[in-house]
Amino acid sequence: MISDPYVDGIARGWRVNDASRLDHDTEDEADVVIVGSGAGGGISAEILAKSGLRVIVVEEGPLRSSDNFKMRESDAYPQLYQESAARKTADKGVNILQGRCVGGSTTVNWTSSFRTPPTTLAFWQRHFGLADYTQEQLLPWFEMVERRLSIREWDVPPNENNDILRRGGDKLGITSHVMRRNVRGCWNLGYCGMGCPTNAKQSMLMTTIPAALELGSTVYSGLRAQRLEMEGDRVTSLMCVAMEPAGINPRSVQVRIRARHYVLAAGSIGSPALLLRSGVPDPAQRIGKRTFLHPVVVSSAIMDSAVDGHAGAPQTIYSDHFLESQPVDGPMGFKLEVPPMHPVLFATTLQGFGADHLAFMKQFPHAQTLLALLRDGFHESSIGGTVRLREDSTPVLDYPLNDFLWDGARRALTAMAEIQFAAGAKRVVAVHEDCSGWDNFAAAKAGIASLALRPLSTRVVSAHVMGGCAMGTDAKHAVVDPRGKFMGLQNLTVADGSLFPTSIGANPQQSVYGIVARNISALAESLTGHPASPMA
Amino acid sequence: MPTRRTFLKTGIIGGVLLTAIALLQKQLDRIGKRALVDAYPINNSHGRVVAAIVPVLLEGSLPLEANARMLAVKRTVDAVAVAIGSLSAASQKEVSELFALLVFPPARIALTGVSVPWEQAKDDEIANFLLKWRNSPLDLLKSGYQALHDLVLGSWYADPAAWTDIGYPGPPTVLKR
Repeated sequence: MISDPYVDGIARGWRVNDASRLDHDTEDEADVVIVGSGAGGGISAEILAKSGLRVIVVEEGPLRSSDNFKMRESDAYPQLYQESAARKTADKGVNILQGRCVGGSTTVNWTSSFRTPPTTLAFWQRHFGLADYTQEQLLPWFEMVERRLSIREWDVPPNENNDILRRGGDKLGITSHVMRRNVRGCWNLGYCGMGCPTNAKQSMLMTTIPAALELGSTVYSGLRAQRLEMEGDRVTSLMCVAMEPAGINPRSVQVRIRARHYVLAAGSIGSPALLLRSGVPDPAQRIGKRTFLHPVVVSSAIMDSAVDGHAGAPQTIYSDHFLESQPVDGPMGFKLEVPPMHPVLFATTLQGFGADHLAFMKQFPHAQTLLALLRDGFHESSIGGTVRLREDSTPVLDYPLNDFLWDGARRALTAMAEIQFAAGAKRVVAVHEDCSGWDNFAAAKAGIASLALRPLSTRVVSAHVMGGCAMGTDAKHAVVDPRGKFMGLQNLTVADGSLFPTSIGANPQQSVYGIVARNISALAESLTGHPASPMA
Repeated sequence: MPTRRTFLKTGIIGGVLLTAIALLQKQLDRIGKRALVDAYPINNSHGRVVAAIVPVLLEGSLPLEANARMLAVKRTVDAVAVAIGSLSAASQKEVSELFALLVFPPARIALTGVSVPWEQAKDDEIANFLLKWRNSPLDLLKSGYQALHDLVLGSWYADPAAWTDIGYPGPPTVLKR
């Protein structure tokens, strides 16, 4: 039997406020207010609370926990994801999966955990003045979050969906590896993306947020951070608006929060958006620039025997072959992984309609899907996207898909088809409006070579939004310094994936955990005068 | 290489479309604003568009018996309305503009090629419209097609009633306290 820790915690007096139920304007005060409760906000909350600081966490999404997690797409997407899992880039060319709930994307991610790749760190040292972003200096922080979040190699056999990546790759000399996952006592169900129903996933929802609450921190859910107010070179308060219970529109109820220090961890679209709405100093116009996505292209296959890709840990095998076989600043490399197969996710991603679409859907138990995550941000032709504000002050990411990216996408689609056929696929379909599929690799190779790759015809998705408040040493290019401190204001720190000056080249959650743990430990020391104690 | 003739042809068609869109703008604003204040995310005339395209997008999936079929279409139209209502405010506005365009007869004829009101349109006429938008060189139409695709197919496969047909057993049972 599974019991929900939030039910017990709230009964014990955890300060959890659902702002969507507030009926009048109010004010609150703390040592530090943190905007966002995902990977960056969660880690920040625990470290700062453990340092004896009074912490308030502001989360726009709702609080949902294991009692609410029903493993139904129809529940999960509207409740737990940004824009009901249908967030799109400005031209609609990329569909973005991003969490919006207490725990942020960590509540709904697929638990894949990677230390920041050495190649990425070396690039940051060389190009962005991030001299102390070395493997050696970050290692203790990565090890600390691994202990805290039970990150370790998955020792259960992969499900068939993942194993096809391994088997097909092996036949072609494309090496794959077993993933590390942040789980404890995982039931291997396969529904991580809808909120873990058994509390096995060591998300922020299950770890750092409860720890911070236990230490007396306050969490507001259903509260949108609207803007920072400033005097001189200091932030003086955070103005928030309560959301209506459905979480779509703000109400007229406001909450003003005053703090000594302000930490931004609203993700790579939300954090730049709050800075843009606030009109903070940005002389070089860098806020929201160089936002990256690991744009993903998709290849689906029909196998002879059942795959049942809805069951079992969603991601357990990956291949970095096409990241490592070419220079980081050359043609775009890609990481290979698989997604969980769920009916809505699959049916909406798959091209076509009517009889053609149904014919593929009828093969659902035999369907296998590969993903290629393109490593963006390392080449002069890969400058990412720009976060801007709509008329209603909500953010949108403008991310043009260019020929440099399509070149990578074409190689990726070809590589995925080859792996799928090598693993015994009967048919492979590139997820593209013009593609009806192929029966052998020679046909697929020729077909992919002549596919017109362009936005909206090629399905491109993303679950990794990074950058937009780049760290660095040069104010002409960076928004924050290497510790995440905002360059133009004294008491504002960015602590999420928006720090990254490029994409990561791997699922980014552990990069956020490790880098934020180091930066926020330094902040805690500067605020208290004592070194922060380790998380684990 | 496009010939001079195809260039002229697409140029003219493009020009007609742009003029049509410009003429529609005022109408759109008016309808779009009215749609926004509706309590229901899509109004009845929008619902009739969805009801017309559902059997085409879901060809082969709907029950054949007339009454059961009608109920399945109705259930899907309702689910699409709920799905639209869960989108961001900005996306809801875009979707309501899309429907305002589709229900405005001159726009329906010019942009979709459907010559009769939606409830009278034949399935192949609707399929032609969907194919035309799907393959359109205009991002606006292509993204309009994808919005309809995702809303209808997403709503259909969110419903456990659709799962047996594709061999999905549904989520396992986890006992909660």
